[in-house]
Amino acid sequence: MKFTKTLMATTALTVAAGTVGAQEMADEMTIVSWGGAYQQSQINAYADPYQEMHPDVEIVWDESSAEAVAKLRAQNEAGNITWDLVDVVAADAIRLCDEGLAMEIDPDEDLAAAPDGTSAEDDFGDLLVSDCFIPQIVYSTTFGYRTDMVPEGVDAPDEICDVWDLETYPGKRALEKRPINNMEWALLCDGVAKDEVYDVLATPEGQERALAKLGEIKDDVIWWSAGADTPQLLADGEIFMGSTYNGRLFSVIEEQGQPVGMMWDAQIFDLGGWIIPEGLPEDRLARVKDFVMFATDTQRLADQAKWISYGPARKSSAPLVGQHADLGIEMAPHMPTAPDNAKNTFLYNYEFWADYRDDIDAKFQAWLAQ
Amino acid sequence: MVALTPISRKPVRFYVPTVALAGAFAGLLVGTANGSGLLGAVIGAVLLAVLAYVVTHFIDNEKPVRWAFVILFGIAGAALAGVSGAIIGLAFGWFFGWFTYWLYEGRYRARLAPYLTPGQVLWHFAFRVLVGAILIFLITPILVVMPLSFNAENFFTFTPEMLRFDPEGYSLKHYRDFFSSDDWQQALRNSLLIAPVATLLAVSFGTLAAIGLSSEHVPFRRAIMAILISPMIVPLIISAAGMYFFYSRIGLQGTYLGVVLAHAALGIPFVIITVTATLVGFDRSLTRAAASMGANPVTTFFRVQMPLILPGVISGGLFAFITSFDEVVVVLFVGSAGQKTLPWQMFTGLREQISPTILAVATILVAVSICLLTVVELLRRRSERLRGMSPG
Amino acid sequence: MSDLKSTGPQTADAPTPEDALHEVAGLEEKNGKSGGPVLAADGTPLKHSLARALRLQKLRALGLIAPLLIFVLVAFIAPIADMLFRAVENQIVSNTLPRTVQALGAWDEDASEVPPEEVYEALYYDFFIAAEARRHTRLGQRLNYENAGMSSLFRGSGRDVDDFREADVEAIQDLDDKWEDPAFWTAMMAGQGGEALIEDRRAAFMALADLDERGVFGDLQCAVSGLFGGACDPAPEDIALNFSISSEIIDLLPLTAMAYADFGVFTVLEDGDVVTEEEPWEAVLVALASDLRALTPEDLAAYEGAARDDLIAAKAAVDQIDPESFAALFTAADEDWGTRSPWLTIATYAPDYTSGYFLNAVDMQKGLDGPEARPENQQIYMMLFQRTLFMSLVITGSCILLGYPVAWLLANLPMRTANLLMILVLLPFWTSLLVRTSAWKVMLQQQGVINDTLVWLGLVDDASRLVMINNQFGTIVAMTHILLPFMILPLYSVMQTIPPSYLRAAKSLGATNWTAFWRVYFPQSVPGIGAGSILVFILSIGYYITPEIVGGTTGTFISNRIAYHISSSLNWGLAAALGSILLAVVLILYWAYDKIVGIDNVKLGG
Repeated sequence: MKFTKTLMATTALTVAAGTVGAQEMADEMTIVSWGGAYQQSQINAYADPYQEMHPDVEIVWDESSAEAVAKLRAQNEAGNITWDLVDVVAADAIRLCDEGLAMEIDPDEDLAAAPDGTSAEDDFGDLLVSDCFIPQIVYSTTFGYRTDMVPEGVDAPDEICDVWDLETYPGKRALEKRPINNMEWALLCDGVAKDEVYDVLATPEGQERALAKLGEIKDDVIWWSAGADTPQLLADGEIFMGSTYNGRLFSVIEEQGQPVGMMWDAQIFDLGGWIIPEGLPEDRLARVKDFVMFATDTQRLADQAKWISYGPARKSSAPLVGQHADLGIEMAPHMPTAPDNAKNTFLYNYEFWADYRDDIDAKFQAWLAQ
Repeated sequence: MVALTPISRKPVRFYVPTVALAGAFAGLLVGTANGSGLLGAVIGAVLLAVLAYVVTHFIDNEKPVRWAFVILFGIAGAALAGVSGAIIGLAFGWFFGWFTYWLYEGRYRARLAPYLTPGQVLWHFAFRVLVGAILIFLITPILVVMPLSFNAENFFTFTPEMLRFDPEGYSLKHYRDFFSSDDWQQALRNSLLIAPVATLLAVSFGTLAAIGLSSEHVPFRRAIMAILISPMIVPLIISAAGMYFFYSRIGLQGTYLGVVLAHAALGIPFVIITVTATLVGFDRSLTRAAASMGANPVTTFFRVQMPLILPGVISGGLFAFITSFDEVVVVLFVGSAGQKTLPWQMFTGLREQISPTILAVATILVAVSICLLTVVELLRRRSERLRGMSPG
Repeated sequence: MSDLKSTGPQTADAPTPEDALHEVAGLEEKNGKSGGPVLAADGTPLKHSLARALRLQKLRALGLIAPLLIFVLVAFIAPIADMLFRAVENQIVSNTLPRTVQALGAWDEDASEVPPEEVYEALYYDFFIAAEARRHTRLGQRLNYENAGMSSLFRGSGRDVDDFREADVEAIQDLDDKWEDPAFWTAMMAGQGGEALIEDRRAAFMALADLDERGVFGDLQCAVSGLFGGACDPAPEDIALNFSISSEIIDLLPLTAMAYADFGVFTVLEDGDVVTEEEPWEAVLVALASDLRALTPEDLAAYEGAARDDLIAAKAAVDQIDPESFAALFTAADEDWGTRSPWLTIATYAPDYTSGYFLNAVDMQKGLDGPEARPENQQIYMMLFQRTLFMSLVITGSCILLGYPVAWLLANLPMRTANLLMILVLLPFWTSLLVRTSAWKVMLQQQGVINDTLVWLGLVDDASRLVMINNQFGTIVAMTHILLPFMILPLYSVMQTIPPSYLRAAKSLGATNWTAFWRVYFPQSVPGIGAGSILVFILSIGYYITPEIVGGTTGTFISNRIAYHISSSLNWGLAAALGSILLAVVLILYWAYDKIVGIDNVKLGG
């Protein structure tokens, strides 16, 4: 393992050296991420090995990803960019790219090719949803439920519409306090075919329909806004089932040993990844590009899955996913992309939400507040 | 405190029914928990009436009786509901022992004026119970936080093990986390660096301005006052975004100085308000007297004015300190990773991964502040004693 | 908190130079007939020397206030004003699409047609440079707040606009390699007389790219940031562009000259390249083709400048091509361009300052015939404002109810005991707000401490646990708890100054307990209530973290939406409008309070 790593690192370094040439590189780099276990997995998988190779580089972690869009805009307007690399979700990356706050990248030039020579563009494939976005992980928003609260004589919930089935599965639900994902699930359970969901949702009638469907369970929903909420609510037994990121559920189930089960049906895929702020001075840009080249190579992305159950964004990384670093369990079956889990998945439509986010959000919030 | 009223033992018809009433209430609680509230109330009333009568009529020695109460109730509680029941039982026992003698000996009357009617006495104590309840409301969250910080799991939940007082349910790991984590230590250092400097800035500028404002000839006084108080009025999120934007343009964003300035601005209204309020009661002829005796303005300020308005300055400073020490929205924007303060670290902790380390930190802070406040109070009493004043 | 009580005689009684001045005036009036003005010891008229003393005192007071005032103005008021100004600012439309906005001026919004071809042509040139500078998507974002779909309309069209009238571009480039040679272009365009045009395009580009002219204030700012180690780039208005356009070319090929000037400015300011080394972009060639088609052969023949023959050849080539209309091209890129909807939005939001955000903040929108109410299912802000005010009142009320008895007891207990109890009041202060809020969550939720206790006691059935969180009740409890010390401390300090003998006197005169309290004690404690209330009310109206955590859907405040618009939706204009309204409400209340009670009577435990 160690040997492979070193080999990979050397390769990456050579490639990096080739592209960057003799350019001057800064020695300090501010990386913005989300904090918590996720950031730790990035430190373990990317930053530590990188610093081993470049002992002179100092990496400062800033846990501001939740405010990244607002802060980047202000930095840009002020002409004083203090961040070098920012971890954001894909929807934010698109927004940042639209605002001209993130730098456009050329996948084949800025990202390392797969070990078998497949170009980065092909290796990442469809996941390059924006010109500025460097995908890193595939995560999904899905449901977890309390196994000990499943009524006797009833099977555990295994399809999305069980969320609406208050008779079979009494108890509170937790849903995120925003329209995204919830509206899609509501329409799916209201009989809309999977590939028509966004067409329906684009019409005012469709939006009303989704809200009406959500209205059926409104009284039994606790709306969450922070990623840590649903795991806490599940651990308290405050809710029967709730939506959250699959990595959180993995941690609740496997690391914390809570009586919680995972329902993968109609999980909605989303992406997390890097953007490089627009307007970096050259020496810093060179350093960041060097880091990104290293941190998004096939092995590094696969390594991250040792610490957190999010799927690597490269096709070539999937076979390399190994065991959990502390628990020693195989991580592959816990990936949202694992075939058993991905029997029925739903693809998040970025373009749609970029257009309708403000509009539907206004309606959604007005509906919520009623 | 000297007794105001001579006390005497009270008649049976007064204290036995009262104790029985309290017993009925306690019995109701225990009874409902075990099936029948009514039965519990009756048993409680009869039991305590009998006990009160017996101990006051047949046993002269108070101390052993009260210990007997504690032990008796403790055993009864343990029999009903195990360890937690025993603890509640001990508390009940202590209370009823004390309550019986308090009524029987008429001690409750000792500190009250002799002319009060029974109704007024009742009101006096009812009022105290009410205020006690409000004070408990004030510290409840702290009472909840403390045990949870010893939780063995990574959630804010009272686990069944904790409720059984099973040692397995408790652990010190969150405290270890706090002391061993660089993030937390760095955040603590930042908080301890930023808050005092911001406070100092707010207090020194604020006190000067308050003195200026309290002079009667300031033009545009109201407008100036409104401006100085505005940091308290503007919704924090607006201040945060505005400052972030402005500070990044002048290169203050993400520096200690920037955070300190922002926090000082937020703390200023508190200093202004408290100090001007103290100055309203300040007799200006004192400064004139000092000046007429040859003191220069600086001496006058430090030797005459300052000592008199010091309490206002201190309480303003306290508010300013807490504002900075507990502020999360503005620092989240104006600071960067290097200036991460404790509240920021807690905020990420709450949002990204619930971890009772936050509760451990809170407990430590509470413990430290209890110590500080106690020390201050003890010092105050000592200086009072030294000055030969009676406390109060 | 402290043991200092107000020290008897108030300052108002002490003599001041102003009083003396009045007195002197009175004196002089009296002595008016008998002699000259009253003189001070040094011989100057007393009036003057008193006036000087007064002035000096004023100056001294101002001198004491000045440092703080300047500090607050710079560190706080300036940022806030800057932020709130965004509520009306709307230059982005006219900065990004200046020519389109101008051309749209002639369009009749009430008519049922889409704008004429000139508008689409203007849009093409605006869009081209905006897309090169990656500013079109930003405008799309901005307009998407008003009309869902604008975001992808702009993003999608930005990708296609490079290829508009590709045939023209290829026809010219196929003629001769010269057309792809930067030096040839420089030579053709160079000359005197185009300075005004170039400066005009520079200004337009600076507006587009948000590059501010530096000016005096900017130089100052540069100096300040220099002190903190920030470097200043050269001001964009001073950078030498190093290319020129002749007046002959402007007369002959107006569109080309303009497009070339755009290209030149962009190359230097945005890319930092040299114009003479860069090949002009497609828009210049498209403009050239349009210009050439509009010319007669005679016009060209009369032209005596550089590259005449090449132009003639180019004209011959482009005349062969029947150009597609820009309207058709845009509609092909996205069919929405063929409808009135995006045009109406652009036209409505074209002015530099807009009331749109404020209208939105009160649940209205700009319609064709002025402001109109939003559809009912989007109305939320007025309701949130009302709720915020109502809940803040309830919170203030419960703080008074709970704080008054505590403060009363504290003020009437011996100092020793009072100080011990005061520790209980101050302790919550030392516990982080976040922790306290989380603790309330643990207490109030359905599987929480209170419900568990109630169920254990049998007072509540296990199946019907009380819902005490994620609603208004949760917010009120948690915020009352958090703000209670802010009520107790001012009340306490006021009550400390009320002598207990008043109550005793009232009672000895025959008043009942209640009358004594209500008629004697209570009125004296009103300033404390006022001070505490205004503090609690103002603080609660702007809170957002606590309602966010425990408020659920019905217990959230307007600040939660402001925070959402600042950090998630990036609709800062709306956030600023909402914030301004909130601020105005607070200021009105503050003003009313100042009028009724006087801000000096606010006491915070001093």
